[in-house]
This record gives sequence, C-alpha cells and structure tokens, in this order.
Amino acid sequence: MSEETKHNNQPENTEESNKFPKEHLQKRTVYSPDGEKIEIDPLQDYYLQDRPERRDPRYRVVEKFLNWARSESLWILGFGTGCGSIELPPLTTPRFDAFRFGIAMRPTPRQSNVFIISGYMSIKTLKRAIRSYEQMPDPKYVVALGSCTINGGMYFDSYNTINRLDKYMPVDVYIAGCMPRPEALIAGFNKLKQRIKEGRAEGANEYVQRFDEYKANQKQIIKDWNMPDYNW
Amino acid sequence: MKEILERINQQFNCSAHEHQPENLSWVQLDKKQLVPLLSYLKHTENFSHFVLLTAVDWIENNEFQLNYLLTNHELHQDIAIRVMIPRDEPEMITAHHLWQQIATYQREINEMYGINFPNSPRVNESFLLEGWEGIPPMRREFDTKKYSEETFFPRPRQEGKDPQTHMKQKLYPDEE
Ligand code: SF4
Repeated sequence: MSEETKHNNQPENTEESNKFPKEHLQKRTVYSPDGEKIEIDPLQDYYLQDRPERRDPRYRVVEKFLNWARSESLWILGFGTGCGSIELPPLTTPRFDAFRFGIAMRPTPRQSNVFIISGYMSIKTLKRAIRSYEQMPDPKYVVALGSCTINGGMYFDSYNTINRLDKYMPVDVYIAGCMPRPEALIAGFNKLKQRIKEGRAEGANEYVQRFDEYKANQKQIIKDWNMPDYNW
Repeated sequence: MKEILERINQQFNCSAHEHQPENLSWVQLDKKQLVPLLSYLKHTENFSHFVLLTAVDWIENNEFQLNYLLTNHELHQDIAIRVMIPRDEPEMITAHHLWQQIATYQREINEMYGINFPNSPRVNESFLLEGWEGIPPMRREFDTKKYSEETFFPRPRQEGKDPQTHMKQKLYPDEE
C-alpha cells in the first residue's frame, strides 16, 4: 500500500504478521526440564474452552469469616470509562484516603476483584470491559458509577453508548449522580462491604447462571465479535 | 493576507474572502480543484499546518460540505476551504499525500458520514465504530434516539418522588 502504512507499527497484512515459522504452529511434543512429555498444540487455547462454572461456598462454616475478609480487601481494577475515571484518582489521595477501607488500585484484572464502571460505556469499551470482567477471579463485584450506567444519563439517545449496564454484566451497587463525588464512592463501597458481609454479592455466580442471556445481549450490540466466548 | 487571497482567486477562479474572526479566510471550491489548491497553499504560500477536516450534512440541499482548515504560522492566518459534494455520490478525492494525518480524518469521515475517499490508506477498515452496520450515524436521516431505544433496553421511567421536594423535606424539614 502507500507510504503511510510503512510508518505504522502494525503490519498491514497477515502475511507480514505471520512471521512465525510454520513448524512452530504445528502440533508437537516437547520435553520439560524434568523429562516430562508434553503434547502442545499452539493454535489451541487451553484456558478458554469451557463455560464458566458456578462456585458455591465450599466451607459453609467459615464462609462468614471469609466474606468479612473479602469485604475488607477490595482491589479495584484500574479501568476508567467516562467522566468518572477522573473521580477515582482522588480516592487514593490523603484527603479521601481509600486505603483505610482496604481499597487499592490494581493494574490488571487478574489481581483485582472490584470493577468500577465509571460512567458511560460505548460499545467499543463494553467489549473490552466484558473481557476484563471475565478475566477477574471469583468472587468479583461490579460497582456502577453515575447515572449513565443506570439509564443512559445524558447519553440516553446516543447511538454508541449503552443505556443499562445490568443487561450486560451483573451489578452489585449503583451510585447515582452525575458525577458522584469521591465521598459518594466511599459510601458506595461501604454499601458493597455490607452486601458482601451479608453474602448477597453473588455477581459472579449470577453471571454464570444467566450466562446465555448476558452473552445474547452482548452479542446483539457488539457486531464484530472477534474474541473468544469464554475469557477466563 | 489580501494578496494571497487575490493570487488564489486569480489562479483558481474562485472567490476567496476574509471573514470574521479577523485571521480566518474562506474559499469555496470545486472538488476537482481542491488538491491543486492544497498543494499550492502548502508549498508556495507556506500554509504548513493542516488543522482539521470535518464534514457537514446539508440534507435540505442534498449536499455534503467538507471543510479543510490550514494555518500559516508566520502570518498567523487561517484559511478554510469548503467543498460541496453531492449526497447522491458521496465521493471525494483523497489528499493524504500532502499531509499524512488527513488519512485518519478521511477514515473517520468515511465511517461517520459514508463519504468515500478512494485510494486513501486503510479507509475502509473499521475505526471508531467497530462493526457498524446500516446508515452511518452522523448522517441526518439517521434517527439516533430511535436507534438507541430499539437497541439499548431503555429503562422505563419510574414514577416517584420529585427529587427537589424530597431532598428539601429530608434535609430541611422545618423550612417552608
Ligand atoms: S453520569 Fe454524568 S458524569 Fe458520569 S459518565 Fe455520565 S455524563 Fe459523565
């Protein structure tokens, strides 16, 4: 193609990007350092093949204690959408000091258990958000911030932003306002803690139970679904 | 600036004129003359900065308007070039060889208005709206409210307390 594409870091066509030698993509047997024989198929995704499963509390007796422990360490995924992502950084400053509630920011979904959807959600962002949400380990909680996540807010008639978040992922706590202040966020976190302690924050299990419904809703608006169905 | 405009008018047979605010001038042109004018402004008159490319949908006149905005940083002068193209065949000559960033604007306009720019790099790949189907959303015949209601599960309106009186009663119950 023309000269522009040369400045682009991404290779233009697939021929260029497939730089792996062909034999690297074929099924083969390898040996681990301790002599174990491993069959691998590089084109197969080993972790994403199965539907998620419901996880019931295993230790019923200590579940209350575990819930208390969970409620005291809420680790937020640093994923900002909409205007609300501006309200999140002040939380960690001395003025609001979210650390005293056991709230910390984490950079990756694998290390966090609270997902704050901080405002309007375009279809493009929703796609990424679903991926991130599914990659978070159980138990996980969703806090929806601002009126945009409740009913669309002032983007109710936009062609590109969703109206109701709870159609696409289970929401534990809504915080109303446009935009809620950090105090409101902390109040929301207290509410979330209360729910967790009471054992009512079962979003991950609900997602599993109504998986087909959620997936159908998601696929209805995400037209180019080019990611795996299961993202665990 | 006046001399520049006169030179443009002579060369391209159009009516460039100054406009408010002071340092902005307008030229309206035929679509075939656009690329020669852009390259003339860039190379001869030192309008080195390409600021933006936008489109306007004049559905009443059955036309699209494309605006190209250039700046000359030595004279502190802007010049806006306006090109009208018919809505029935929305196609425009690409100008990405003069400024690379035009390719990105053209990609965006192609997606949002459905105006085609043949030979512009990656112009047909999806960009902002991933996998959009149907009428491009910035065209005026596209009814965004209807689309949103059909697609995004609008939450039914709840009959409830009037927020103003409710908060007043809650916070200042003694006041009238
Ligand atoms: S609720 Fe208001 S502040 Fe929050 S994302 Fe929507 S428009 Fe922005």
